[in-house]
Amino acid sequence: MPDSPIIALRDLRFEIGGRTILSLAAWQLPRGKHALVLGPSGVGKTTLLHLLAALLRPTSGALAVAGADLCTLKPAACDRWRGAKVGIVFQRLHLISAVSVLDNLRLARSLAGRSTDEGHLWSLLAGLGLSDVAHRRPRELSFGEAQRVAIARAAANRPELLLADEPTAALDDANTERVADMLAAQAETSGASLVVATHDKRLIRRFEERLELTAVAS
Amino acid sequence: MSVWRLGFAYLCDRWLNSVLLLLLLALGIATITLLLLFDGAMRERLARDARGIDLVVGAKGSPLQLLLSAVYHLDVPTGNIPAETATRLAAHPMVSKVIPLALGDSLAGFRIVGTDHGYAKHYGAVLAEGRLWNSELEAVLGADVARATGLGPGDSFIGSHGLTPGGPAHSQAPYRVVGVLSPSASVLDRLVLTAVQSIWEVHDHHETVGKRENIPREITALLVAYRTPLAAVRLPREINVETAMQAASPALEMARLLNLVGAALRTLRGFGVLLIVTAGLGIFVALTTALRERRQDIAILRSLGASRMRVLCLMLSEALSLSAAGGVAGLALGHIAAETLAGLMPEARAMGLTGTVARPDELYLMAFAIGIGALAALLPALTAYRTEVAATLSSG
Repeated sequence: MPDSPIIALRDLRFEIGGRTILSLAAWQLPRGKHALVLGPSGVGKTTLLHLLAALLRPTSGALAVAGADLCTLKPAACDRWRGAKVGIVFQRLHLISAVSVLDNLRLARSLAGRSTDEGHLWSLLAGLGLSDVAHRRPRELSFGEAQRVAIARAAANRPELLLADEPTAALDDANTERVADMLAAQAETSGASLVVATHDKRLIRRFEERLELTAVAS
Repeated sequence: MSVWRLGFAYLCDRWLNSVLLLLLLALGIATITLLLLFDGAMRERLARDARGIDLVVGAKGSPLQLLLSAVYHLDVPTGNIPAETATRLAAHPMVSKVIPLALGDSLAGFRIVGTDHGYAKHYGAVLAEGRLWNSELEAVLGADVARATGLGPGDSFIGSHGLTPGGPAHSQAPYRVVGVLSPSASVLDRLVLTAVQSIWEVHDHHETVGKRENIPREITALLVAYRTPLAAVRLPREINVETAMQAASPALEMARLLNLVGAALRTLRGFGVLLIVTAGLGIFVALTTALRERRQDIAILRSLGASRMRVLCLMLSEALSLSAAGGVAGLALGHIAAETLAGLMPEARAMGLTGTVARPDELYLMAFAIGIGALAALLPALTAYRTEVAATLSSG
């Protein structure tokens, strides 16, 4: 389905214990387009990213991402689908500290059931200026380096959808630009759509597609 | 980067913790391995040395002592019996074989046994050098004796009185070595064989020379093989009731002995099991603690496409690699300990203890170690299996 939108949702609702956390009427993102999910803290941006990555299951409504109906996909199939189609850069990065930078990337390949493809991983590291730290442990890295490793890991499986949660929250203006460039570049390289959830107004002008989230009236 | 390698990486990340747990497990396994080796070697040795001997006849006393002294050469004899009983017993219709034994002297702690060629034949002894004894004061050395003393055919030695080294020497009557036996893994390895007459000869010199005719000829014990199973019912009672001697059945006494030793071995084995269970608890605590620190990691693995099963396998793989490594290390340690003990203690060697053979029970031990590891990992693994990915990622 190359022409179907990468994300299509309708009447999407997510509740925890009867309380509505997120409610969206309709939204579509065409393949290859990048989008910004905007809104103040606590409005459900992270929840939306988790829904898009099938880490959470919608309470009701329709949600199709990268060709899969996430409302009906079985849990084990969700895991496989996520590994193959989605790359996520978390706000707190969450690198595996027990293994090296390179092994963090290899792990992403192996957990998605892919061959290691050392050439791809090394060119990814080189592109992000990480070749020198490939054999270091994540805790030996600066925040900037660790963030680039997280981006490299999200891109390791050439995902169709690249998700980033508040990637620029802790960065100054110059670094915000650089990280946004890097995310966009990685998305272009793998032909992925990039969805960034943020409250950072500095990013607005870089994205043509925008989804404003507002607090749910409950 | 497979799940197994990641599990291994986690173990290396907490290497001190892992090494300590491995050590604890290995010590428990080693303890039990050593006991298995000892128990197995002892049972085999006891059974092999007593094979084909239905009855031991000797002076009255403890039947176990008679057996230990006459069959295994581990204890002192209960006393002496008249030599002519050998001829009388050999003529008994229910008896197929009688081997006389005359004890009393030793060479460097190895016993000198006066007997006939039937004794060597009974254990299937093969000569490595020379020939068997034919006349008085000719001696044939067991393999261990030859190695320990460095004596060979043509050499002479002087026996010392008594069964322990340091007794008064019989310097008037030196023995001449005429042969050396090949190792037979039997009691013969640690004996010096000679004719019964040699023992008499030596002690005639030792005691009063010139009154030879007046001394009643004595031997220490007789090893008897039955001609018919019926003899087991009649012969011991006949001897015990009608003569001043006692008859002891190796099968019966050995069962009694193994029962005694078995209780001690079981206690030690319980101690080994305790160590292994402690190691299992240690693995449980380590994994539970690690899990608390690693909830984020598990959530991230899930977000990278790992299924719940994969995460379960990760936790299991850690515990299983640790317990398998502990098991292998423990088996190795047990064998090394057995070999070292056998080298250091002649008593252990005499019991046939060696680290160079493996026992089939070690497989069960290995399975037990891995089972304990799996059991210890089960609860943490299930907790990992049930991790709520989204909640964990957005929480601390």
